Amino acid sequence: MATEALGWWGVPLGILAGTLRGSAPFLFVSLGECLTEKSGKINLGLEGTLLMGAMSAYGVSYLTQDIVGSFWAPWLGVLAAGFGGMVLGVIHGWLAQQPRVNDVAVGIAMIIFGSGLAFFLGKPFIQPQASQLITFNLGAWSSNPAVQSALKVSPLFLMGVAIAPLLHWFFRATRWGLYIRAVGDSPQAAMAMGISTFKVRMFSIVAGSFLAGIGGACLSLYFPGVWTERISSGQGLMAVALVIFARWNPLQCLWASLLFGGAQAIGPAFQSVGIDSYYYLFNAAPYILTLVIMVITCSPQRTLIGAPGALGKEE
Amino acid sequence: MAIAQAAPASWLYRWRRPLEAVALPAAALLAAILIFGVFCALAGANPLAVYGSIYKAAFGSWSAWQNTLIRASPLMLTALCTALPARLGLVIIGNEGALVIGGLAAVVAGLQLGTALPAPLTQIAMAIAAIVAGGLWIALAGALRHYRGVNETISSLLLNYIAIALMNHLVEGPMRDVAFVTKPSSAELDPSLLIGNLPGSRIHYGLLYGLIACVIAYVLIQRTTFGFAARTAGGNIRAARIAGLPVGKLTLAVCFLGGSAAGLAGMIEVAAVQKRLNASLVSNYGYAGILVAFVSRHNPLATVLVAILLGGILASGGILQRSHDLPDATVLVFQGIVFLCVLFSDSLYGRLPWFREKPAT
Amino acid sequence: MPNRTPLGFSRRQVIRGLLATTAFGAVTKLSTGCAPSSDSTGATDEGGSASDEVVVGFIYVGPKDDFGYNQAHAEGAAAMAANVPGIKIVEEANVPETTAVAESMRNMIEIDGAKVLFPTSFGYFDPYILELATEFPEVQFFHAGGLYQEGTHPENVGSYFGYIDEAQYIAGIIAGYASQSGKLGFVAAKPIPQVLRNINAFTLGAKSVNPDITTQVIFTGEWAEPVKEAEATNSMADQGIDVVTCHVDSPKVVMETAEKRGIFSSGYHANQGPLAPEGYLTGAEWDWESIYTSLGEQFVAGETLMAGDIDHILRGGLADNFCKLSDYGPAVSDEAKAAADAALEQLIAGELIIYPGGLKSNSGDVVIPEGEGYKQDNIELEKMDYLIEGVLGSIDG
Repeated sequence: MATEALGWWGVPLGILAGTLRGSAPFLFVSLGECLTEKSGKINLGLEGTLLMGAMSAYGVSYLTQDIVGSFWAPWLGVLAAGFGGMVLGVIHGWLAQQPRVNDVAVGIAMIIFGSGLAFFLGKPFIQPQASQLITFNLGAWSSNPAVQSALKVSPLFLMGVAIAPLLHWFFRATRWGLYIRAVGDSPQAAMAMGISTFKVRMFSIVAGSFLAGIGGACLSLYFPGVWTERISSGQGLMAVALVIFARWNPLQCLWASLLFGGAQAIGPAFQSVGIDSYYYLFNAAPYILTLVIMVITCSPQRTLIGAPGALGKEE
Repeated sequence: MAIAQAAPASWLYRWRRPLEAVALPAAALLAAILIFGVFCALAGANPLAVYGSIYKAAFGSWSAWQNTLIRASPLMLTALCTALPARLGLVIIGNEGALVIGGLAAVVAGLQLGTALPAPLTQIAMAIAAIVAGGLWIALAGALRHYRGVNETISSLLLNYIAIALMNHLVEGPMRDVAFVTKPSSAELDPSLLIGNLPGSRIHYGLLYGLIACVIAYVLIQRTTFGFAARTAGGNIRAARIAGLPVGKLTLAVCFLGGSAAGLAGMIEVAAVQKRLNASLVSNYGYAGILVAFVSRHNPLATVLVAILLGGILASGGILQRSHDLPDATVLVFQGIVFLCVLFSDSLYGRLPWFREKPAT
Repeated sequence: MPNRTPLGFSRRQVIRGLLATTAFGAVTKLSTGCAPSSDSTGATDEGGSASDEVVVGFIYVGPKDDFGYNQAHAEGAAAMAANVPGIKIVEEANVPETTAVAESMRNMIEIDGAKVLFPTSFGYFDPYILELATEFPEVQFFHAGGLYQEGTHPENVGSYFGYIDEAQYIAGIIAGYASQSGKLGFVAAKPIPQVLRNINAFTLGAKSVNPDITTQVIFTGEWAEPVKEAEATNSMADQGIDVVTCHVDSPKVVMETAEKRGIFSSGYHANQGPLAPEGYLTGAEWDWESIYTSLGEQFVAGETLMAGDIDHILRGGLADNFCKLSDYGPAVSDEAKAAADAALEQLIAGELIIYPGGLKSNSGDVVIPEGEGYKQDNIELEKMDYLIEGVLGSIDG
């Protein structure tokens, strides 16, 4: 089967492929962070949660692949990733809600603790191979293997794409969504309504961490599909910026994740056709973009449109 | 419920508040050590032996002390980058970026001036370049916060990535020294510009600069009107504005000072340790500095102690691997536990009745 | 109840708890101060507890089981410990190429009493090994790489180096036969001479089969960058490249990604055959076990670099068992095997020159003067800073 080089067509195709691959972790982590921030608490510790999720997914998939077969093992891994995330979320949720404790500080502590724990427990899993998640061959119509490979989407990506509008509807149309938004905008009013801010925030933080853990599973069971200690490209920290970029709207989180995932793929795509200079500046593009957009749209007079009122305050 | 004992003399109570400030972090530390011991036991290592090894590698000999102090000196400076703005109520995590920018500026100054001026003057120029560059970098975050309302935590985080990308780009491109094959680096600084060691030890003068900076910071915050204004504004911004305090200027000044400390740390790293600019500059001193700042509750004097403590913990990573078969990540776990315990102890301030100034009735 | 703290404990319980904790902490400190820890590693402070043992320290830049560079060294170290009685190995992994390695080396010397150190990563040499070697002249430092220079560097430093590019040459021959598109890919970490030698040797081997073959090089910038390596492999596959090899610390990612894309792969450092059962052709592997074992025997016999008993520059290729080839995979044709085996014999016999005279770089310059060409031990090869004709890519990237 002759493969024709794509030459310059390789670049947009590479970016498309990179977007579909690389945005999955961004998607889950940003949706999780969005959920958490809607309730008024920032969770910077998602970087540690991401790594914990990646490690648990890979480890559980490896350990169970002989028991349940190579189709179900990765899905068990995904579940394990979610639960691992939830454990870290419980710690964060409890500690961050103690009086006089600063969100950001807890977040950074959780990054250190979460990643330390993940690396510690993950040492035995660096060498072995775990079963990977299946992928859907959306590119089967093409005879070009590059196109076929670019359009191999993971079910996790599709799940993430489905969760975004679901989350959006959840915030707008359900009672629990209202509770979360109430607690996030004005905790005093919520308490007056009889809502327990502690429970609602705990729920959001734990649920958000569950999603972030699954985001980690995307890394180790989909792309790049390995477990090593350098697997994260900072998606956990970037998710916080991403959520602000997306105005705390889950649908915009979806588009923003695609944008950030694609931006990550520009550097390598250009390198494969020989353009090497400015590699680092390409990689820094999403950060510069976020900063610029924040500068343009913020103003000291009014808070960021869409920002939960209690975000950043210690209430 | 009647109080079981008679109220002690009232002078005893005056000491309880300050005692609280020491006892709570100390108790948190002990709790963290205990929890870590349980963790080690679960991992199959003997906790008492582990404690002994950590002590031996961190504080057990003069050589160990030197390792610890070498690791602690940049932390003292980078911690100030978070601690100073925190007094104003700002949460800055851009220490890593400011360090890198400071190192970059210092190297550019050092390479441009070369041996044209007497070495001490060039070193001062490098330090000034680093201080100004680092200060402006964080002042940018402060300005964005004051004039545009941009969350300083996020903006300083983004500035980290941008600074590192800029440094990498320059070091692999325009500033690259092709003769150095180990990794893409700038040219080496002239040996006369390097910062030497304290006589009789392996510790470079950066330790001294770190100590001096922390003392200056303490005096600035606690004993000057500027510091008082900053702390007032940190307590309640609206009240400060009403009182006529120049909040904008305070924000910029405090951010500049914090960034300049981190920038100076970058210059010291390059001039004392690395001798050239390359990606090794990014060794997480910035993020560890955030940890030190929070654990020391943003008090510059406590920062010195906490930096030494963290330096000791970091210095013991190797011995855990070699003697106890614990992976290098164990040190990360220990740091995380310490940080979490200390943060929790924060929430206990003022809530434990024993430490209150008046007896409970 | 006024005496309850927010945690629900009474004041008395809190105070008791704190006192107990403090007492425990004090007891811990005292008890470990009195009796040496049971895990002591034969430190020589007490005058040599296991003084007959020679303590050899190994330092790795990544994990010991990375299916790559570090694993190869770790397996060699284990062989030294197993085959040579009187050797005790201490290891530290995940030590970055920063001052951290200087500290690790110092700790191994002072606390563990190491007399020989093997800091295995390329970037450890300048300035860390050099500084420590000057400070501890009675400790031997062995560095894997060709950097030792007689007269410039301290007496207690030695370089050992395997001509693994010989194995890459053979792997290139196999790749040349296997490739149908005529395009090969090389995922490289940094453009240092060792890496460039491998790229060039691989290409030369392939060109001996198909003179028009090309090799696309992508530099990831660091020894371990799993995401970039995966992206690079994917974009190479997109470009129609059908055989990939690499020079990164852990080829696991490249091999697995290549297998996912259904293209052929050629391994490096260690045998990655199990990772890519269908596409793995062969690989260029280190064989540190024999070298380390013989060095270990020399250490135990008291031989040192400083006294001149051990060569400062240890070199060898396939013939001296410094490296070897992985077993051929299922996709290698018999024709390819025959050609490869023939070339192997010639290399071992010293008849085959990989770098011929008149060799041109990919920018058109002649980099090897017309004539005989360079033999493997030619010092000029260790300063290689070019990519040969047929390699797509540049060093500055």
